[in-house]
Amino acid sequence: MPSLRIVLQVFVLLIGMTASTKAGPYEEALPKFAADSYADTETALSAIANSGHARALTVVEALRDGRLLLGAGQVYLKEVSGTLIDVATGQAANPTGNLKPIRVNNRVRRATEAALGSLTLLSADPATRLNAARAVFRSRDVAALSALERAIAQESDVHVRDALEGARAAIILSKPDALISDKKAAIEILEARGDQQALALLTTLPSDAPPELVKAAGDAAEGIQTRLAFWNALQNVWYGISLGSVLLLAAIGLAITFGTMGVINMAHGEMVMIGAYTTFVVQETIRGYAPGLFDASLFIALPLAFLAAGTVGIMIERGVIRFLYGRPLETLLATWGLSLILQQGVRTIFGPTNREVGTPAWMSGALEVSGLSLTYNRIAIVIFAFSVFAVLLLVMRYTSLGLYVRAVTQNRRMAASMGIRTNRIDALAFGLGSGVAGIAGVALSQIDNVSPNLGQGYIIDSFMVVVFGGVGNLWGTLVGAMTLGAANKMLEPYAGAVLGKIVILIAIILFIQRRPRGLFALKGRAVEA
Amino acid sequence: MSMLKMTRRCLIALASAALVSGAMAGAAQAQETIKVGILHSLSGTMAISETTLKDVMLMLVEEQNKKGGLLGKKLEAVVVDPASDWPLFAEKARQLISQDKVAAVFGCWTSVSRKSVLPVFKELNSILFYPVQYEGEESERNVFYTGAAPNQQAIPAVDYLAKEEKVERWVLAGTDYVYPRTTNKILEAYLKSKGVKSEDILINYTPFGHSDWQTIVADIKKFGSAGKKTAVVSTINGDANVPFYKELANQGIKATDIPVVAFSVGEEELAGIDAKPLVGHLAAWNYFQSVDTPENKAFIEKWRAFTKNEKRVSNDPMEAHVIGFNMWVKAVEKAGTTDPDKVIDAIVGVQVPNLTGGVSEMLPNHHVTKPVLIGEIKEDGQFETVSQTDSLVPGEAWSKYLEGSRDLIADWKTLKCGNYNTVTKKCGA
Repeated sequence: MPSLRIVLQVFVLLIGMTASTKAGPYEEALPKFAADSYADTETALSAIANSGHARALTVVEALRDGRLLLGAGQVYLKEVSGTLIDVATGQAANPTGNLKPIRVNNRVRRATEAALGSLTLLSADPATRLNAARAVFRSRDVAALSALERAIAQESDVHVRDALEGARAAIILSKPDALISDKKAAIEILEARGDQQALALLTTLPSDAPPELVKAAGDAAEGIQTRLAFWNALQNVWYGISLGSVLLLAAIGLAITFGTMGVINMAHGEMVMIGAYTTFVVQETIRGYAPGLFDASLFIALPLAFLAAGTVGIMIERGVIRFLYGRPLETLLATWGLSLILQQGVRTIFGPTNREVGTPAWMSGALEVSGLSLTYNRIAIVIFAFSVFAVLLLVMRYTSLGLYVRAVTQNRRMAASMGIRTNRIDALAFGLGSGVAGIAGVALSQIDNVSPNLGQGYIIDSFMVVVFGGVGNLWGTLVGAMTLGAANKMLEPYAGAVLGKIVILIAIILFIQRRPRGLFALKGRAVEA
Repeated sequence: MSMLKMTRRCLIALASAALVSGAMAGAAQAQETIKVGILHSLSGTMAISETTLKDVMLMLVEEQNKKGGLLGKKLEAVVVDPASDWPLFAEKARQLISQDKVAAVFGCWTSVSRKSVLPVFKELNSILFYPVQYEGEESERNVFYTGAAPNQQAIPAVDYLAKEEKVERWVLAGTDYVYPRTTNKILEAYLKSKGVKSEDILINYTPFGHSDWQTIVADIKKFGSAGKKTAVVSTINGDANVPFYKELANQGIKATDIPVVAFSVGEEELAGIDAKPLVGHLAAWNYFQSVDTPENKAFIEKWRAFTKNEKRVSNDPMEAHVIGFNMWVKAVEKAGTTDPDKVIDAIVGVQVPNLTGGVSEMLPNHHVTKPVLIGEIKEDGQFETVSQTDSLVPGEAWSKYLEGSRDLIADWKTLKCGNYNTVTKKCGA
């Protein structure tokens, strides 16, 4: 017996040697890249991915990353370290002349993803295996089935195994010659998966499928649909909260300047814009001098944005608004003019085009919680909005500045008689409101354009929130923002974005007709004063 | 006798007067310039897009003057700022034509601004060159449309997706105003004529500057996971694009799953976003900065030298102005005058090289021939051309796919009509 094994081994070795000297599918596929046509690149790619060649994975990865280069009809691979190797021989190469990366389009990119999926199913890293399973689920490539079986047999991670089994189920269900019993099992697995993609697979069975299979798939699809409807409703609630916190952020500064001080500040949006541009400047500086700090850029920008917007706010109050107290119409016109001046100023300094504010890595992507998908940037903004609200509430309630501001707004003359310098308090309160708008700008730079028009998009919504919530009450602003956000998002799926906005506006007008002081009206003498 | 003497005297006086005045006019003309009006918003919402076009025009005028001007005179650019305010566009246009006496105006961006200046150009009989892709369904004697008509942008883009990406389900997403609404109407009719069922088309409109895309992107995701390949055709305008693409990226929709083809997103817009998550999404235009031709290379070099900015990008409406300006120069040279009536007659049939290696021609319907390019967004915010028409596509003023516009043609050369009905054989629909 041992002799037989040796003979076999020699035989295998011989085959291997001939394969390496003779051109295999790998070598044959390579020249196709040189044609520089997407269709040829795609065929070459799938041939290489299925060749089983040792360098197949490296080549596919290089193609994905644009490191597969073409020069004088030869294909080269630039390794991550930067060294060039000849793809055909695997030897280091030193080609002369111009090298151009092989062009890829969506079709090639899709094929690359599918190929990578099949090639990395047995990777050592669970995250890579999970991605591979998802890629195979999407591509439903029958060729990957055997690799998938092997991967499932040796998988230890529960999540990855689920994903792998889902992928196998997807392939089996769309494979014409699979056994009915296997297909039924596949339907069960897909039902357990219960997401949108599984539903799509179940509802698009071929028309010639046996009736029992169609029935099983139909039942499974129905189950998934009920579950999805529930998650959908929950998802809408989340959208409402997230829109509500954006409104809260935008309006909370105004709740102080307009709400408690009674200044109709049309330049409020521009304070938000100043905060966003501060973020841009901070990020540019970091990119230039300390790229490593980029993920912390928003935290660095927060205090600076507060200071920048706050300073501008104090300057506006000292320079313009203090002469106009008690004259709302003139204040409105003056601050409107100021807002135009600020916009054009920013346009002159930074240019009229959008400025790129990057998103730190920890704010990109989404968190998938069963049927819910929560994007990280929205989560961050919700948390941030509530923290700002809490801090502001504490400042107004427990600090002497908060006490003075409340005293001055309730009864200016009495406050002055008690020795409070009302002028100073006015300036500081206005600065606080503007500064808070500035830090809102830091957050909003993550979801909106950083352009001179940034503030304009928020000014109307901000006033709506403050007026609806009740002038002079921070809690009113919170409830107002959340109500408007939720109502908007509940209406949107049915009425569309445009009509939804109109309906909300009409509802607010009717509400203000009945309760002119908003949801949480201030009571007592302060109101009459 | 005295009669005769009188007449002779009169004649001499008249002749000498004519001579003197002629000489004076000649003297004055030598110092006179030909004025070119530039009507682009330099402030307000549209400044983001239009400011660049003003710069391009200034560059073109300067360049023409270096070549010795036009008809022996120097060109002079008159810049006004309509401040993204549509009625102000009309006022400024009137000022340019009747006060500054410009020979032609290059300007406008949004369709609503074009519509607001139309009556002014008709009344005062002047010329407008309009450089932006638009919804079509219009052809005016005084306007030259150097941007793309729907058949030069929207229809080829949809064809590309159906053929190359095998798309069967369509989301038509747009901002709620005239250009997206008309374009989507045309596209819907076109798709249905190609056998796409109503349930495979989702149409969605959003307000200007919409920034909360969570629900809509989730809807698109849902619509796209029904087992058929889905694509989004986006006529979303201006500022709303950035949050839209950000939301797409965050919800994990990649171009390989659901590609988005946009008609209003170009190099200039992408310069303001991190393009990495957008790689593979598409845009359809008649020009990309990345087009590799000697003409384009020379243009970009000149443009960067003029703006003194090594990173300045170029885009499609800029090329449209280059084409429009060169056509106007040629037409004026051909007519030997800047008189609008003569130039309008002379310009039809004028051919000038475009920047993508072809030669564009002004058609009798006042639209131009252009190549259609489909590009995929690259990491650096530039486009990789993935498809280009073999020949130039003539712009159609009236869509073949819309009821009511199907029978109309525009021909200002022989028919002298912008909306000639081929069925009733009458001008005026």
